Amino acid sequence: MDFAFSEEQEELRQTVRRFLEDKSPSSEVRRLMETTEGYDEGVWKQMAQELGLQSLHLPEAHGGQGFTFVELGIVLEEMGRVLLCAPYFSTVVLAADAIMNAGTDEEQAALLPGIASGETIAALAFTEPNGRWDAAGITMEATKQGDNYVLDGTKMFVIDGHTANLIVVVARTPGTTGEDGISFFTVEGDARGLTRTPLATMDQTRKQAKLEFSGVEAKPLGAPGEGWAALSKTLDQAAVGLSNEMVGGAQRVLDMSVEYAKVRVQFGRPIGSFQAIKHKCADMLLEVESAKSAAYYAAWAAAEDNDELPVVASLAKAYCSDAYFHAAAENIQIHGGIGFTWEHDAHLYFKRAKSSEILLGDATYHRELLAQRIGI
Amino acid sequence: MDFRDSGDEAAFRDEVRAWLAEHLTAEFAGIGGRGGPADEDAWDVRLEWERLLGKDRWLGMAWPEEYGGRNASIVEQVIFNEEYAKANAPARVSFFGEGLFAPTLIAYGTEEQKRRFLPKIQSVDELWCQGSSEPNAGSDLSNVQTRGVLDGDQWVVNGQKVWTTLAHRAHWCFAVVRTDPDAAAHRGISYLLVPMDQPGVTVRPLRQMTGTAEFNEVFFDDARTERENVLGDVNDGWKVAMATLGFERGTAFLSQQLGFQRELTDVIEVARRHGATDDGVTRQRLADAWIGVQIMKYNGLRMLSRLVRHGVIGPEASIGKLYWSTWHRRLGELAMDVLGPDSQILEGAAGDPYALDELQRIFMFSRSETIYAGASEIQKNILGERVLGLPREPR
Repeated sequence: MDFAFSEEQEELRQTVRRFLEDKSPSSEVRRLMETTEGYDEGVWKQMAQELGLQSLHLPEAHGGQGFTFVELGIVLEEMGRVLLCAPYFSTVVLAADAIMNAGTDEEQAALLPGIASGETIAALAFTEPNGRWDAAGITMEATKQGDNYVLDGTKMFVIDGHTANLIVVVARTPGTTGEDGISFFTVEGDARGLTRTPLATMDQTRKQAKLEFSGVEAKPLGAPGEGWAALSKTLDQAAVGLSNEMVGGAQRVLDMSVEYAKVRVQFGRPIGSFQAIKHKCADMLLEVESAKSAAYYAAWAAAEDNDELPVVASLAKAYCSDAYFHAAAENIQIHGGIGFTWEHDAHLYFKRAKSSEILLGDATYHRELLAQRIGI
Repeated sequence: MDFRDSGDEAAFRDEVRAWLAEHLTAEFAGIGGRGGPADEDAWDVRLEWERLLGKDRWLGMAWPEEYGGRNASIVEQVIFNEEYAKANAPARVSFFGEGLFAPTLIAYGTEEQKRRFLPKIQSVDELWCQGSSEPNAGSDLSNVQTRGVLDGDQWVVNGQKVWTTLAHRAHWCFAVVRTDPDAAAHRGISYLLVPMDQPGVTVRPLRQMTGTAEFNEVFFDDARTERENVLGDVNDGWKVAMATLGFERGTAFLSQQLGFQRELTDVIEVARRHGATDDGVTRQRLADAWIGVQIMKYNGLRMLSRLVRHGVIGPEASIGKLYWSTWHRRLGELAMDVLGPDSQILEGAAGDPYALDELQRIFMFSRSETIYAGASEIQKNILGERVLGLPREPR
């Protein structure tokens, strides 16, 4: 019984932290968030070639390093801490996990090495204009034509959908409803009939796109019509990954608040000596530490791939979403007027907290899912 | 990171399970889960049970073997407490002696003191109570006014303690007493051990909002104790008192999560029976409570790993205290809302016109939990100042 990171894992954290502090300071985040692509190609290559971050938890047989979700969680936490602008969550968490969960061995062998090497940027297109995160939200139909399938319809809120060269699409067999008939497909980013529109987003550090499919030819990924279990698992894993990422941002805004409360003087004393501020910070600490406990435990369950995963995924997503948003909002309040400026980083974290809270379903959605999953 | 038992841990767990299965029978099984900090149900049977635990050295398992303990590791203590809770065994009567006083004694006591007091705690011949709070020293504990003056070979103690849990059952009191009134607040304090059975000690029950009286007021009027009954040096008792508070906020509460889990299961069951699980808002609150009790477990495990690695919990223990007491209070409120009008009706019992059921008791008793063992506001000061390093309040 041991709930602590190993020495190797702590080393990985330090290595990633040093790299990201160097490559993703606030100035870089602000430069990239103003671009349509939203990432730096050179840094993306270095992440893959020098640190092996894209290949971390992919299987060794397909160019990966065979690490687990615990290591992936550490990397995501560090990325969340600096608001790294890169298509990492979309490629390595959403798309790669979907491929591993749904794809046959041959399909994985064809698709994963490109992700591992950093050549492939991938996106998972499953949400639609209805904004739902469940099976019922998937209305796009895949029509069989000979050996191939053709996709028609619109995918929305697709993370990094406009820059991905590989799109994993979730659609359904005509005439099916709910969890039946869900299928995965792959489409190249520049496929004929696919129109990709980058969306202007409130959180500029994570890019979203609208993908319109008009008779787009698609290759099946896994057995058509039997994709729900793989999608459900992918969403659970992604919720765990996102929880770990959120924890990194939450710790960072707590640090910012505490640093500022120590040096900002009003009424002749540092504002952190007032209990009104001190107790806010204490509340944030309790929530950030608890969010870490939840996120780390969930990462372990994902690494073990055990029966607990669906429940702890919703648990972590619900708790970490609330904790991060609360901490990011309090950070603005503690900073006072300066915290409301564009120049200060507080708003970047506040916006990331909100977009992360909503991504994959907000806390209310996951509490209801959890209630169902524990049999209430 | 691995939450499964190692081979040794699994073997130890089996040993505990086997012992409990063998002994938790007959009258002891009948009182499973009953009794708690505010509940003196089945006191005599629980006393007998506690003696059984002491005889087989489960009481005192953390102590060094030379003092009758098992020298059990922290993980072993947690395993024992988990299995104890799962087996629904009776609430412990020697919490203050074993959980708070004994670890303080082992850390600060002399060899003679350890030999004198530990065996009697283990044999359950002597129960202890905690003399900390006073009418004018609650959160500001260093303001204690109870005086201790040396008279030959004895201390003479005068003053009043309050919120003294189980004082009416205790044989001894570990009391925070002012022995140098001229010194600065924290410096003139000693940690005195005072026998309760003497003319100078009066225990008066303090009836709480629950209608019951587990807490007491204790009056010292020329109460006496031998000169050697000081833990640590004279006038150096503040750090000893702080160590006791550390035990109260730390390890002692690591294992209570399982009891909370059981209470929540009851509340969910009640919600089902009352049709409240169809209501979206109630479902949210039940799920939130469930998340809370799981996180309490994960937080406890993380703190435990830190304790195993570094030997001390440190001020982070305040996170645990703040978390569970706040969570428990909300559970009580949720339970009342789930019950609806039924929550307002007392079932009543023979001879007790204000008998509360379990959920009503949680609702009310939990109001004390964000106050005792360091009020939530004090915990937040500790977290702010000692964990985050924020500046202290000017004094």
